[in-house]
Amino acid sequence: MARIIVVTSGKGGVGKTTSSAAIGIGLALKGHKVVLIDFDIGLRNLDLIMGCERRVVYDFVNVINGEATLNQALIRDKRVSSLSILPASQTRDKDALNKENVGKVLEDLGEMFDYIICDSPAGIEAGAMMALYYADEAIVTTNPEVSSVRDSDRILGMLASRSRRAELGLEPIKEHLLLTRYSPKRVEEGEMLSVDDVEEILAIPLLGVIPESQAVLKASNAGEPVILDTESDAGQAYQDVIARLLGEKVDFRFIHAEKKGIFSRIFGG
Amino acid sequence: MALLDYFLRKKDKQVTTASKAKERLQIIVAHERNSRNTQPDYLPQLTEDILAVLRKYVQVSDNSLSINLDNKNGDLNVLELNIELQDENDKG
Repeated sequence: MARIIVVTSGKGGVGKTTSSAAIGIGLALKGHKVVLIDFDIGLRNLDLIMGCERRVVYDFVNVINGEATLNQALIRDKRVSSLSILPASQTRDKDALNKENVGKVLEDLGEMFDYIICDSPAGIEAGAMMALYYADEAIVTTNPEVSSVRDSDRILGMLASRSRRAELGLEPIKEHLLLTRYSPKRVEEGEMLSVDDVEEILAIPLLGVIPESQAVLKASNAGEPVILDTESDAGQAYQDVIARLLGEKVDFRFIHAEKKGIFSRIFGG
Repeated sequence: MALLDYFLRKKDKQVTTASKAKERLQIIVAHERNSRNTQPDYLPQLTEDILAVLRKYVQVSDNSLSINLDNKNGDLNVLELNIELQDENDKG
C-alpha cells in the first residue's frame, strides 16, 4: 500500500513546495515509484519548481471531472522516470475537490505508486484540509519564526482532529517536523529560535533541518529541485531527510555555525 | 571594534529576541491548544441551556457559569461545571 505523505505548514512561503519537490525527487532517486500532487487549486506552482510547467496538458481537476484519465494528466519527470507529477488546475474552482473524488484519485494512484506526496496549499481552508485528509504521515514545514511556529501548531491540531485517521479513530497521522530556512549563525547570536526551541514548542519528532541557502532560489530559478544540487548545503540536508524518511539514522548537519578563528573574532570580518 | 562588540554582546545574552520569541510562543501555543482541546463545538450552547434552566430557580448572571471539559489521562473526560450564586443579601 502506498504511503500518503502531506507536506503542510499553515503559513505560506515557508518552503512546502520546495520541500515537496526535493522529497519527491529524493525518494524516486532511491528507486521508489513516487507521485507528487499539487493541491493548491488555482495557484499551482509545483510544476514550476519541478521544471515541467510547459508540459502541463491536463490537471487534477480535469481528472476529478472525468475530462482526462490519470495517465493523461500525470507528467513523468524527465530526470527520474519513477517520478510523476499531478499538477493543480489554474482555474479557481475551490469546490472542485471533495473527500469522495479525492479519495478515488488517491486510491487509483495508490495502485500505481509507492509514495504519494501531497503538496498542501497554505492556510486552513478546504484545499489544505483536502491535502491532509487522507494522509498517513505529515511533514510539517516550519520556519524558526513566531508566526510560522504558531501556524504549524494549528495544523498539528487539524491533523489530530480533521483527518480521516482521526475521524475513523485509526492510528494517528505520523508527524514530522521539517525546519527550513535555518540560520545557525543567527541562532548563536540569539536572533533566531533554535532547533531545540521549535522542537520543544511543537513537541513532534524532527525529520530535518534545511539551512537558509542561496541554492534554493537558484534551484527554483532553474526548475531543478535543490536536492539535485548535491554540492549545496540545502541539497545535502534534503538527502538526509530522505534517508531518515526511509528509516536510516543520520546525524543532523548544518545546525551549528562555522566556527570563526580567534583572529577574525578579535579583528572582525 | 570587534573586540569591544564581543565583550558587549556576551553581557546582554540573557534577554535575546529569540528567547522572547520562545517565551511568547510557549504561552500562546499552550493557550490555543487548551481552547481547542477542551472546547467542543457544543459547549457554548450547553452553557446557554444550563443558564436558562438555572434561571427558573435562581438569579444568575451570564458570567456566573463556567464550563470546562478536561481530558484526564487520555481516556477519561471530565465535564466541570462552576456556578457562582449571588449573595441573597447583596441585592442593593
